[in-house]
Amino acid sequence: MSEAGPTSAEPHGTGRAMTRGKLLATGATGALAAYGLTASGAAARGMLSRAVLADTVTLASYEENAGIPALAADTKLFTKATGIDVKTHTFAHGPFQEQINSYLQGHPDDVFTWFAGYRMQFFAAKGLATPIDDVWKILTPQMPPAFKAASTGLDGHQYFVPNKNYPWAVYYRKSLWKEKGYTAPRTWAQFVALAKKMQNDGLTPIAFTDKDGWPPMGWFDIINMRINGYDYHVRLMAGKQSWDSPQVKAVFNKWRELFPYYSEGTLGLTWQDGAAQLENKQAGMFLLGGFLTGAMKPANAKDVDFFPFPVVNPRWGQDSIDAPIDGYMISKSPKNLAGAKKLVGFLGTAPAIDAYLKINSGNLGSNRRTNTAKYSPLQKKEAKLIAATKHIAQYMDRDTRPDFASTVMIPSLQSFISDQGSNIPKLVQSIEKQKKAIFGT
Amino acid sequence: MTSAAVDTEAVAVETRAASRPRRRKRRAKPSRVALHAFLILTVLVWASPILWAIFTAMRPYSDTSEHGYVSWPRAFNFTNFTNAYSQSGMLHYFWNSIIVAVPAIFVILLFSSALAFVVSRYSYWFNVPLLIFFMAANLLPQQVVLQPLYRLYLWVPLPTWLSASGYLYDSYVGLIAINVAFQTGFCTFVLANYMKTIPRSLSEAARVDGAGVLRQYFSIMLPLCKPALAALATLEFTFIYNDFLWALILAPSSDVQPITAALNNLQGQFFTDNNLLAAGALLTAVPTLVVFVLLQKQFVRGLTLGANKG
Amino acid sequence: MAGDIATSARVDGARRRKRAVRLSTGDRIAMTVMVGVPVLLTGALIWFPTISSIGLSFTNWDGIGGLHTIQWTGTTNYRQIATIYPPFWPAFRHNLFWLGALAFVGTPLGMFLAYQLDKQIRGSRFYQSIFYIPVVIAPAIIGLISELILSPQQGLISSLFADPRHGHVIDWLGDPSRSLWAVLVLACWRHASYVMIIYLAGLKALDPTLREAAAIDGASGTRTYFRVVLPALKPINIVLVVITVIEALRAFDIVYIINRGRNGLELLSVLITGNIIGEASRIGYGSAIAVVLLTISLVPIVIFVWNSFQEVPES
Repeated sequence: MSEAGPTSAEPHGTGRAMTRGKLLATGATGALAAYGLTASGAAARGMLSRAVLADTVTLASYEENAGIPALAADTKLFTKATGIDVKTHTFAHGPFQEQINSYLQGHPDDVFTWFAGYRMQFFAAKGLATPIDDVWKILTPQMPPAFKAASTGLDGHQYFVPNKNYPWAVYYRKSLWKEKGYTAPRTWAQFVALAKKMQNDGLTPIAFTDKDGWPPMGWFDIINMRINGYDYHVRLMAGKQSWDSPQVKAVFNKWRELFPYYSEGTLGLTWQDGAAQLENKQAGMFLLGGFLTGAMKPANAKDVDFFPFPVVNPRWGQDSIDAPIDGYMISKSPKNLAGAKKLVGFLGTAPAIDAYLKINSGNLGSNRRTNTAKYSPLQKKEAKLIAATKHIAQYMDRDTRPDFASTVMIPSLQSFISDQGSNIPKLVQSIEKQKKAIFGT
Repeated sequence: MTSAAVDTEAVAVETRAASRPRRRKRRAKPSRVALHAFLILTVLVWASPILWAIFTAMRPYSDTSEHGYVSWPRAFNFTNFTNAYSQSGMLHYFWNSIIVAVPAIFVILLFSSALAFVVSRYSYWFNVPLLIFFMAANLLPQQVVLQPLYRLYLWVPLPTWLSASGYLYDSYVGLIAINVAFQTGFCTFVLANYMKTIPRSLSEAARVDGAGVLRQYFSIMLPLCKPALAALATLEFTFIYNDFLWALILAPSSDVQPITAALNNLQGQFFTDNNLLAAGALLTAVPTLVVFVLLQKQFVRGLTLGANKG
Repeated sequence: MAGDIATSARVDGARRRKRAVRLSTGDRIAMTVMVGVPVLLTGALIWFPTISSIGLSFTNWDGIGGLHTIQWTGTTNYRQIATIYPPFWPAFRHNLFWLGALAFVGTPLGMFLAYQLDKQIRGSRFYQSIFYIPVVIAPAIIGLISELILSPQQGLISSLFADPRHGHVIDWLGDPSRSLWAVLVLACWRHASYVMIIYLAGLKALDPTLREAAAIDGASGTRTYFRVVLPALKPINIVLVVITVIEALRAFDIVYIINRGRNGLELLSVLITGNIIGEASRIGYGSAIAVVLLTISLVPIVIFVWNSFQEVPES
């Protein structure tokens, strides 16, 4: 069947991409040569017509907005370098995650985009992914150890190749802040005071959206890590701590203090609505991941800056952060295993990441050799933040069991918001009961 | 007790009404005026969601983000429609809907008319249980069968010329099959009642002439059922085109997914603001509206054939 | 309607003359195929899965791994969904509210409209066309139209009564105590249209002599309606009851496309789908809820089937 429509998205600026493409192709070929994975002779000849390609790898992608052409640029490079065709199937971002379980059990594509963390380990442990230790033999010197650790399954084998990550921080528009004379807060008290000031100035102090279900998790994660520390957070996510505890209640109670400063109509707003509120100078701050800028007009995206979430408990300071890692995995029985391994190996290399980030710039590259000179000032600041932070978490829905995150935490956080935090004891009790049923502990 | 009888009665009613002296044109009774006023008001209220969708869709996003959605339009154009159509590749999904609906309608009508023929012309012990078997299948909530059906679809292999995915899952054949299984009951019931009103003498004569079951069915019964078949075809097109759940779960890839289910994904992916969303929704509704406008009589007859069982 | 019974009685009378019909082998094969193929298809795709669902509701399975990984757990799933599964009872209640809204608002409204349209006025065709439209467009599209009206940032209600561009929104979609009612307005809109079509056809087919006789006797319009018309339309009324209940239990598309059926829009159908197809994959839970839905659905199904075969006994 011919595939008109989203699966055949063309990257922007195809004209300029040609010359750039040739340069990157050489770089890519070089990278692959280091692998010993180049197709002999074919790569040297450069452009190959589709008719000659004997090999195909299928790729499932949840990319949206600028991510689609960015990934297309990568697969084009790969095809130029190896002669293997890549058929990309683009799925909607949210539904792809929701249906990942049934997707992987069905007849999935050879390679698929996914996330690091327990969410990856969970599916790998169920036998739904193929280990790629041999690919990592080449990648190991190129990747920071934390990234390799995040790519390793529960059985010690690697299943994941990271290509990008981004921090969760509190973003704002520089021009608005300059106009109103705001400065970045360092402590919780300063944070609340700033919010109050913004409210008096007629702004929505903090954009807050939850129609999608997952955004409040970022708030819970960071407040929990600030109050109780990273190790507690990890154990809580693993089901090893009780939710019906004074520590967790403290997180919700602290969080509740911010409700007067949040957007109205939270539960009906998508994160894109929140980004629009920030862009329109309606809201003063927005806690979200770095992908935020992808939803804004480029001119406004340049005006964006951030500060790391303020200190709550001086014991922990700002030593932890949510900085989720995205990447690729190979499904359990790919039709083209060799091609799939080549593809994921390629996508983790610096030339591929550079090509990707050029088009979808709201992210940071995972590879050590990523060309950071090309980063925008915002990206450089983000990279510094991540490098300087001691503990990196992957975000609640990737750090804990997917069934717990989607069927328990999403509705629980939504009811926390709709109740305006008025019944925390009942809430944590309900979460704990359900957690016991799911984790068995 | 049957559809044809209903229809003939309806025609009789209208003839009788037409032959009555037309008193109403000369005097505008106040109650009539009130009735018209009420109906016009109700029609406006009834159409308002659609009107709002059209209004929103015809305004560019820059206009609404600057002046709000409830404001006098500064610009009025079809850009949202063209963008929604081209950006999302809607044509491909429309085509998927047609590829699923047309064969499905054909098969449904074939199966149900065959079943109805057997049930209405021959008295077997299994006639009533058979009808119950099919009717109840049509009335079940779809989620009851969802999980095992999904597993079944993943398991049944198909040759690649029938299904690109190699399985019943994520294939046109799979979607056609479940729609057929689900809708056959309703159509069988309707056609069985309809066929009961067709005089036996016709098929008797054919049998005496030596025609077998198949000949009686194809040459005699089917042509006589044309009105009912047309009505059901119109109705089934609407049902299958509007199907959401089966396509959402059993054919999720963009290769085969029909348009109504594809809206679920397109909503987040391409229709990033309400203006595009309105345009996309309206475009999706166009085929069913066109069919309805052209075949309104058939559509209504199809719905009432099934309801007026007695 | 009375005339109809007479007609069918005539037909039945003709058929009651049972004649031994001898069928050739070719005929027998033809009939076996004509009946057998649809039966096999429906049996395999509808009835077999239904029975499997009932079976799976007593098990614990995550869907991955073969059938051999299924564990029998008895009634655990049922106990759990009733006690520790927060969305279950709200979903159950919401389905009941849905039923109530369709039954006490949607259906009477449809009947009323049909009655008005039956009054042989000019432009009746035009009015009817407009009223039919909600039935023609997909429920999923009605869900999207709901968003156009109810979205806090960009919707009609919020723009009309608040100031979303400055942060003041009316959020009915996000407010769990309001979202269901807001959506039900649109669901009733559709249901009233559906009811109207069917009821109007029934009214049109009603023998006018009945009403003329009542009018001669001096009965007012309302009296005539309740004493004469309504009883005469009993078969239609039963059909309306059945489809109202079925539609209330089937509701899925609208809420799913708005927000996956969360936050006040939980429905049994959505819970099933989420537990089975979602990232969670709790097959046992999902099947248990499916069985609950099935049990409730059996009531209108049985009524409909019993009603359909009561008046025209097959010989």
